[in-house]
Formats: sequence, C-alpha cells, structure tokens
Amino acid sequence: MSETMTGAEMVIRALQDQGVEHIFGYPGGAVLPIYDAIFHQDKINHVLVRHEQGAVHAAEGYARSSGKVGVVLVTSGPGATNAVTGLADAMMDSIPLVCITGQVPTHLIGSDAFQECDTVGITRHCTKHNYLVKSIEDLPRILHEAFYVASNGRPGPVVVDLPKDIQFKQGTYIRPTSNQHKTYRPTVKGDMDKIRAAVELMANAKRPVFYTGGGVVNSGPHAAALLRELAHLTGFPVTSTLMGLGAFPASDKQFLGMVGMHGTYESNLAMHECDVMINIGARFDDRITGRLDAFSPYSKRIHVDIDPSSINKNVRADIPIIGDCAHVLEDMVRIWRQTAPQLDKPAISAWWEKIEGWRKRNCLGYRNSNETIKPQHAIQRLYELTKDREVYVTTEVGQHQMWAAQYFKFEEPNRWMTSGGHGTMGYGLPAAVGAQLAHPNALVIDIAGEASIQMMLQEMSTALQYNLPVKVFILNNEYMGMVRQWQELLHGGRYSHSYSDSLPDFVKLAEAYGGVGIRCDNPADLDEAILKMINTDRPVIFDCIVDKTENCFPMIPSGKAHNEMLLNDYLGEAGTDIGSVIDEKGKMLV
Amino acid sequence: MSQMSTHYPDPTRVEPVNRHTLAIVVDNEPGVLARISGMFSGRGYNIESLTVTETEHEAHVSRITIVTTGTDTIIEQIKSQLDRLVPVHYVADLTLLGDAVERELCLVKVVGKGDHRVEAMRLAAAFGARTLDATLTSFVYELTGTTEEVERFIKLMTAVGLVEVSRTGVAAMARGAEGIIP
Repeated sequence: MSETMTGAEMVIRALQDQGVEHIFGYPGGAVLPIYDAIFHQDKINHVLVRHEQGAVHAAEGYARSSGKVGVVLVTSGPGATNAVTGLADAMMDSIPLVCITGQVPTHLIGSDAFQECDTVGITRHCTKHNYLVKSIEDLPRILHEAFYVASNGRPGPVVVDLPKDIQFKQGTYIRPTSNQHKTYRPTVKGDMDKIRAAVELMANAKRPVFYTGGGVVNSGPHAAALLRELAHLTGFPVTSTLMGLGAFPASDKQFLGMVGMHGTYESNLAMHECDVMINIGARFDDRITGRLDAFSPYSKRIHVDIDPSSINKNVRADIPIIGDCAHVLEDMVRIWRQTAPQLDKPAISAWWEKIEGWRKRNCLGYRNSNETIKPQHAIQRLYELTKDREVYVTTEVGQHQMWAAQYFKFEEPNRWMTSGGHGTMGYGLPAAVGAQLAHPNALVIDIAGEASIQMMLQEMSTALQYNLPVKVFILNNEYMGMVRQWQELLHGGRYSHSYSDSLPDFVKLAEAYGGVGIRCDNPADLDEAILKMINTDRPVIFDCIVDKTENCFPMIPSGKAHNEMLLNDYLGEAGTDIGSVIDEKGKMLV
Repeated sequence: MSQMSTHYPDPTRVEPVNRHTLAIVVDNEPGVLARISGMFSGRGYNIESLTVTETEHEAHVSRITIVTTGTDTIIEQIKSQLDRLVPVHYVADLTLLGDAVERELCLVKVVGKGDHRVEAMRLAAAFGARTLDATLTSFVYELTGTTEEVERFIKLMTAVGLVEVSRTGVAAMARGAEGIIP
C-alpha cells in the first residue's frame, strides 16, 4: 500500500500506523508544516507543553507508566537544545522515545541560519540513535525505524531531525511490512547453557539474593510476574534498585527494600554478605555498588542484561546472560521447575535469620514530632491514605525523591517514575502530566521539593489546559535538601547557596494557574489536608512545610562499602560528627 | 587530594594495557564516523590510529580499522559499546584472531643537498621506499610497511632533512582463509 503525500503528512501517518495516540510538543518555524498536518486530523492528540524539556519528560512519564513509546515534537534550534536534558534523562534511564525535531531547509544547513543548530551532532551522545532526513524517499523508513530502535533491545530515545523543505515535499508513503533492521538486532533469548549454569549456581546457594533493576520494568509486566514466580519458587530475598521499584511487591515478605546509597540496611548488608547474587536487569551503577573493590566480596554473580555493554562494565559477572529479562526469567522458572533442585535448607534459613536480624534494626525508623511535620512521616501518610487507589508517583530529584523511594510502597511495576541515572531536577511535574494522560482516572502524584519544582513549574499550565488533575506534593524544607545534607556531612556545614530564598507562595501560585493550593505545617492537620488534595479533581499544589534539618538515612557515604553505612542518629549509629567518617578521598566522589 | 581525576569509585584493579586492532564494519551513512570516534572520546578511550573508507559501494558498507590500547576489561567494553551502535554491522578484534597482517602507508618529504641528499636516497633504497617526486633539492618517498617500519624510516629521515610526513594509519586483515564476518 503506497500513497502520495507530503513529508509532514507522512509524519502523522507513520505515528498513526505506530499506534500513537498522544504526542507532546511545542510549535515553531521549522515544524509548522507538521503542525498544519496535525490541524487537519483528529486521530492524534497533541499536548502543548510550556517548555520543550517538559515535553520530553512528559513523554517519559507517559512511556514509563504505559509501556508505550513516548513521542515528542519540537522545532529546530532552541526547541531541540531545550529537549536535550530530557533526551539525556531518557538515555540514562532507558526510556523509549521518538523525538521529532524540525530543522532549517536542507539548502540552508551549515549556513548558521535562524534557529539552526547541529541537532544530530548535539544529540548524538544523549540518544540511542539519531537521523537527519536528507530526502523524502528516506522518510517513511526512518520514521518506522525510529520506533523500532527506540523500543527494541535496551530502550532509549531516538531523534529524527527533519528539515522544513522535506516536510513540504511530496513523496510516496509506504508502511514497511517487516520490522527487521539491517544491522540492529538485539539478542532477546538468553544462552540456555548459561541459564542452566545460573540455575545450578542458585540451587547450591547458601546466601543468595536477587538484585533487580529497571530492566525488569522495561521488559514489561510479564517480566515482573515471572520475577515474582521465580522469587517465590526459590524463596530467596529480593532487593531492587531505584529504577526497579514495583517490579517486586514492596509488601512481600521476601522484599528487603531498595539497595544502594540510600537503600535499606538489610538490602545492603544482604548484597555485601551474599554468596550468590542474581542481577536481573540492573547495571551495577555506582549509586548501588559504592566502593567497587569492597562490593559484595564473597559472591558469585549472575548478570542478566539485554545490553552487552552493561556486562563486566563496572563489576565482573561470573555468569553473564545477554537477553531480555522476561525471556531469561521464563527459562529460569521452567528449568527450576523441571530440575526441582534440593536447596541447602539449613543454610538458607540461617541466611534469612541473619537478614531478619538486620531488619530488626528498623533502619527507616525516625523520631516523629508533634510540632513539625517530618518529611518521612508526610510520605508515610501520603502512602497510607492513597494505597487503596490506582496511584502513580513521579518525583523530582533530591531528598524527597529518596524518602519517596523509601517510604512509599509500590506493589506493581510502571507506577513509579523518577529520574534515576541523570538525576534531573524538574522531571516530576511534566512526567506526572504524561502519566496522567496515559491514566486519566488514576491518582497521579508528583512528590517534589520546593527547589526542584521551580525548574519545570510552568507545566502547571499544561496540566490545567488539558484537565489533568495532577497533585504536586512539595516537601518544603526551604533547602536544596540533598545539597544541604552533603554540605553538612562533607563541607563543615557551610551551606553555600543551598538555601531556598524568596520562595513563592505556593498556594497563591497554584491559584494563579487556576489550580488549587493547600498548605499544611501542622502534623495534626496533615491527614485531613492530604485527603482534601486527593479528593480535589483538579491540579493541586500541596505545600507541605516540613522539618528543615532532617537528613536522608540510611546512607552509604562516598567511597565506602555496603557494610559501612550510616544510620539515623536516632538509631544510635552515627551521631553528630558524621562528617568525620568520610575521608578525604570520599570527599572527591560524587 | 591527589585523586582529583576520580569522580567516582576508584579503579580497583591494576591490569596490563594492551594494544588491539579492531575491524568495524559499518553502514556508510552520514555521521557514522562521528558516532564511532565520539564514543571513544566520550568514554575516555584511546585511538592510536583510525582508517576508514567505503569497501562495498553498492551496499554502502565501510570498514573502519582502529588501533586502540586498554586493559582487557576496557577492550571488551569498547567492543560492546561499538557493537550496540545502530549502524555497526560487526566488530572483530583482529588481535584476538591471531597474528593479523597490519600495514600502513606513509609519504615523507625530505629537503637537502650534498651528503644529506645522498644519504636520504640510500636509506630510501634500503627500506624499499618508492620515489614519487623529486626536485634538485627534495624528494617525496612512499613507504608501505608495519607501523614499526614506518616509525623507523621516519626517525632516520629526520636526520637527513625530513620536512613533512603524511601517514594513513593501519589497515589490517586476519591471516588465513576465514573472513571476519562469520
């Protein structure tokens, strides 16, 4: 089936053929023909954001909460460069996106034309792949290839840079019949010999632990279900990275909580002391491993990853398995059932006893207050009051993000959207807009800080325009809390530029946008205020005034190992002289 | 405070650094070289030499030969990172495939009179270099050989009036009947 149409029309047709329902964008000179094509159709819904970075984060929130590819449309020059932070974010967190950027007409490329920039050059390092379309004949193939590359293998963002003259040109649109790519064919099925060896290693383990990551979420709900099955078959403890939260239910007694820099005591010690580590879709990020030469010193490691470059990058794997999590987990479950291995039961129960001992430390304990709202308490109440609903949570970046990861419990995958690898302040509100669009009847909450929220605040206007009743829950401590925490720990409490001065009145601000503002500074009123927020069917900014000096614990200080974590001084571990435990070398680290 | 370059956990193993020659078969599309060289610079890997040209015109396929150095872990990482680039068809580590044939071509211009000129001619003859251009005061020689031979030739020519060098970098191929693409 082929039809003659303009390049701009081909863009819309290809999106339709890919099943795209919503796109996030911002018009400009170099994409006007595409916007004209949008005007002439009603199958694809365009969401007008207020900043191109917001468009990309919204597409990320949409993609991560729905499992579909997020689509972005921006203009050339500043449109493209504003999108770069979002693209880098999607690259680090493996989010499938297709970002179409306008470009000046082909005959002007290289002439420093108005709003010209080298988009493919600039985005080469922060996209999985990118294209500059030089002829109308290539356009249909490139558009469909972009979706294939974005969503197959390890997902990621793909940029299609489309010069304006090509948008006007007439050409023949053909929908490709095969989605086989000439060169890019990632391995999805794991090597069976290695999977058998992995199952054997697991069967003989005395102190095993599952270390699961965002790859399980990216692999789809089926992978999460298989992970649960395998975990329950084996009875092994399960930890998760920040990106993997929800793939395994937080309420399950086999779940030890998040692992890493602000992970739980039991998770990190289990990682440190285990003899077999089963990494499913995680990448041994430095936030997880801490000091590499002291990382999990007694373990044999199985590493399942769809990206061969993740294998042996930071930590050597004894059994590397390249493949998609769902495929490999399916094989593991099947072989486990077939072989019905005899576990070393006394060793495993001794291991669980040890873990229960660590759990008893109650590392997430904190001293609550009747006078000021403790941020941990605020998240706990938010969780308790929303847990019976279909709830999607996004965050900004900082202390509030870590508290949300620690105290908000996720039972399902795709419910938790956060900027993990890139650590982008400003991610949460636009991501919430995208998630709300994908799930119009769900409760979508952006857990934010008063500093982060100001980076993408303009997207409140988008939420209002499209009746997306997102809830922005600000833990307002009038500090860039994580910066302040590090300055306290590492720089003698010299709070250089980490104080949030001249803050807006968030209640009035919400009202100025046409939303609802709620402020709460009294623990006694907190529940009622949260309920009011939940029951408001419009965008809300909730200004939760919290303790200004609370720090985020547990914490593995930079340059330290998993068994050298700091706990809350309430638990009697660290005390006030916390800075002295981080040596000079640690201060160099991020 | 001496570890200013270490932003993240310190390197944990001290491994020997080896020289590897990689052959990379890619689609000859715009920007493919920038993708490859950008991956090296972006991730802090070395390129000692890089040669590229289209080898199959109908299929628009190019073969890139890169000489790089790194520990075994780094070399493995370089290959994985190359392999996951979308336009890359195939990556072969010629060093691991055995004693690969490696050659490069250099052009040298020497200027001089008298004894220097005579000595330059003798050296060129000894190395089997071809004379591509000659004037009363200069020669342009072409030498094809291993990197070591080319280095030696250039070093000797420096003493007899070398003014300019142009080198292609290494082109390489595994020995034996097998091609690199399985």
